[in-house]
Amino acid sequence: MYTYSEFDKAFLAERNAQFRAQVERRIDGSLTEEEFKPLRLMNGLYLQLHAYMLRVAIPYGTLRSAQMRQLALIAEKWDKGYGHFTTRQNIQYNWPTLRDVPDMLDALSEVEMHAIQTSGNTIRNVTADHFAGAAADEVGDPRPVAELLRQWSTDHPEFQFLPRKFKFAVIGAEADRAVIRAHDIGIQLVEKNGKRGYRVLVGGGLGRTPMIGKVIRDFLPEEDLLPFSEAIVSTYNILGRRDNKYKARIKITVHENGIETYKELTEARFAELRPEFEGVDQQILANIKSQFAAPAFRNATTEAYDAAYYSDPVFRAWADTNLSAHKAEGYAIVTISLKKHGETPGDATADQMRLMADLGEKYSHDDIRISHEQNVILPHVHKSDLPALHAALKTQGLATANIGLISDIIACPGMDYCALATARSIPVAQEIAQRFDALKMEHEIGPLKIKISGCINACGHHHVGHIGILGLDRAGVENYQITLGGDGTEEATIGQRTGPGFSYEEITNAIERIIKAYLAHRDSADETFLETYRRLGADPFKAALYPDKAEGKSNAA
Amino acid sequence: MSVIVTDAGFAATDWAADLDAAEILTLPSDTKPQDVDLSGAPKLVRVEFPSSADGRGFTIARVLRDHGYTGKLRATGHVIADQYAMARRCGFDDVEISDDLAARQPEDQWKFRANWQQNDYQSRLRGA
Repeated sequence: MYTYSEFDKAFLAERNAQFRAQVERRIDGSLTEEEFKPLRLMNGLYLQLHAYMLRVAIPYGTLRSAQMRQLALIAEKWDKGYGHFTTRQNIQYNWPTLRDVPDMLDALSEVEMHAIQTSGNTIRNVTADHFAGAAADEVGDPRPVAELLRQWSTDHPEFQFLPRKFKFAVIGAEADRAVIRAHDIGIQLVEKNGKRGYRVLVGGGLGRTPMIGKVIRDFLPEEDLLPFSEAIVSTYNILGRRDNKYKARIKITVHENGIETYKELTEARFAELRPEFEGVDQQILANIKSQFAAPAFRNATTEAYDAAYYSDPVFRAWADTNLSAHKAEGYAIVTISLKKHGETPGDATADQMRLMADLGEKYSHDDIRISHEQNVILPHVHKSDLPALHAALKTQGLATANIGLISDIIACPGMDYCALATARSIPVAQEIAQRFDALKMEHEIGPLKIKISGCINACGHHHVGHIGILGLDRAGVENYQITLGGDGTEEATIGQRTGPGFSYEEITNAIERIIKAYLAHRDSADETFLETYRRLGADPFKAALYPDKAEGKSNAA
Repeated sequence: MSVIVTDAGFAATDWAADLDAAEILTLPSDTKPQDVDLSGAPKLVRVEFPSSADGRGFTIARVLRDHGYTGKLRATGHVIADQYAMARRCGFDDVEISDDLAARQPEDQWKFRANWQQNDYQSRLRGA
C-alpha cells in the first residue's frame, strides 16, 4: 500500500500549520465567517445542524490497520466515541469543536491521512472499487491511478474555487462497483491491443438532476491522464455556471453545451497542456504501482472453512451473503456489515474500529477497505481463517449476514445531523431493516438495494437504488417519494418515480407492499427484484402501492 | 485606493501607476481566455476577482501564460491571503486588494504564503 513520500509529509505538515493559523485568525476575527468558510471547507470542516463536522478522506477507500486504530483514537479523544463511514469513502466525526480540529488533523497526519478537499467547490476525495486488487475480474488495480490523481488534485492552484464540487471515481474492471457513471469524471482502466489505457466518462451525477456520465474518450493512453483530466476541469472552471448553484455541476455544463462542444473545448485545452507533462508523472505512477504489489498469497487447505460451513448454520448464512470471489485460490473477500438491524448505517464505534484493525492486520495482509455502500471490507482473507474471523466479529456485533440484502441500506445522515436535509433518513433505514428482520423475509427476498436520501441532493444515491427513497418536506411534514428500477452498476439506470409520496409513518408499509408484489410476481426464487421489475415494469408495483387508485381505475372502466 | 501585494509584502508604490491606459488590459472574470487578443502587447493584464469564491481568474491566468503572454499579470479585487499562493502558481505576478481588505488581512498574513514555490504538487508532477 502507498506510503507517503518525503514530499507528501512536508506538504501535509505545512498545510496543517496553515489551517491552524487560519483557525486562529477566525477566532481572533481577522477572517470573517464568509472568508473562513471556503478555507474550512477545503480542509473538510462543515458546520452542521448541531455542531461542526470533520470529514476525513480515505483515499480510494484503503486503510492500513494503524490508520483504522488512529480513527478510533480520534473518535474517542475528540468526538463521542464513534465515526460515520460515508458513500464517498470518507469518515465523518459529528461533534468536534473548532479549537480541537487542528489537533485532530495533526493526529491524522501521524498516520498519513488528512481531511483536505473533502468539501468545498474543489476536487474531492478520489474513490475507487472497494474490491481493487482482490477481484477476479479486473484488468488492473485502480488504486495507483487514484493515488496519482490524489496527488495531482491536492492543492491544485487552479481548481480550489470551481463552480461546484467535483468528484472522480476509478475502477479497474467492467463491473462497476464504484458508480463511476454517477461521477463528474469516471475512469475505467481498459486494455486495447495489449496496451493499458483509460475509458473516460464525464458529466454523471445524482442530485436534483440525475444524469449518467457520457464517454469523452473511449481510449486515453496511460500517459495522457493528468493533462486530459486537467483539460476537462479547466474547461469546466470557465464554462460552468456560477449564477445558480443548482445548475453549476459539470453534468449541467455538459448537458447544456452538448458533449461534442465540451469534448472539442477539452481537446483544444489538452493539446496545450500535454507538453507540460514530460514524463515525471509516469515515473511517480510506476513507483506508486510498485507499492500496490499483491501480497504473497499462501497455498493452504480450506478444511477448517468447509467444516464450519457444513456444521454451523450461522456461519454458513454469513458466508453465503458476506463473501465475494477472490482472484487467488483459497481466498475470499470479506464484507463486514455496518448495517446491523436497527443500527445507523455506516456507523462504527471506536471498539469496533479497533477490532476491525486487529482482524485486518491478522487475516487480511494489513489491508482494509471502506465501500461506498458504507461497509468495511477485508479484501484478502484465506478461507481457513474465516471461522475464527467470524467468531471475532460476533463479539462486537459485526457479524450481520445481510450484504446485498434488503437491510444493507445506504442512507445519508438526514435530518438527524445534516443542515441541508428535509427529512430523516436513518430512522427510516432502521425501521425497514427491523421490519423485514422481524418478518424473517430478508433471505427469501434476496439481492435488493434500498438507498435513502434525506433531501434532493441525493447523498444516499436513491436514484440508483433498486428501490430509492427520497425524503422531502411538504408544508412542514416529511414526505417520502419512491423510485424503482435504479441501478448503480455498469448498467447504470436512474430509477423511475412511482407516484405520490408517503408519510414517515407509512413508508415502511409501502416498502412492504412493494416487496409482497415482487414475491407474488417473480417467476421463480432465482429472479431478483431488479429482474422482475425490468420484465414487468412499474405497473404491478404501482398497483400494490396505490390500491385505491387502481380500484378507481377499474370502476371507471 | 488599493494595495499591491508581492512576495515582499505590501508595496509602498504601484510600479504600474505610470502606465498609459492603453498599455493595460483589464479582463472581467467571465472572459473566455482562449479568445483574448494579446496582439496589442499590453504591459499589464489585470484579471478581476469579483468574489474570493470565484476561481475563474486562476484558469484565465494559466491559459494566458500557456498562450505565450509574458508580460505582467495582476489579480485584482476580492482575493484573500490564503489564495496568494494559488495566484502566484497560476502565473500572476502580484495581487491588488482594497485598503479595507489590507486592513483586515495585514501584511504578515500574505507574507506567510510567500513560500508558494515550496510543497507544490504541480511542479513536482510536471517535473519542472
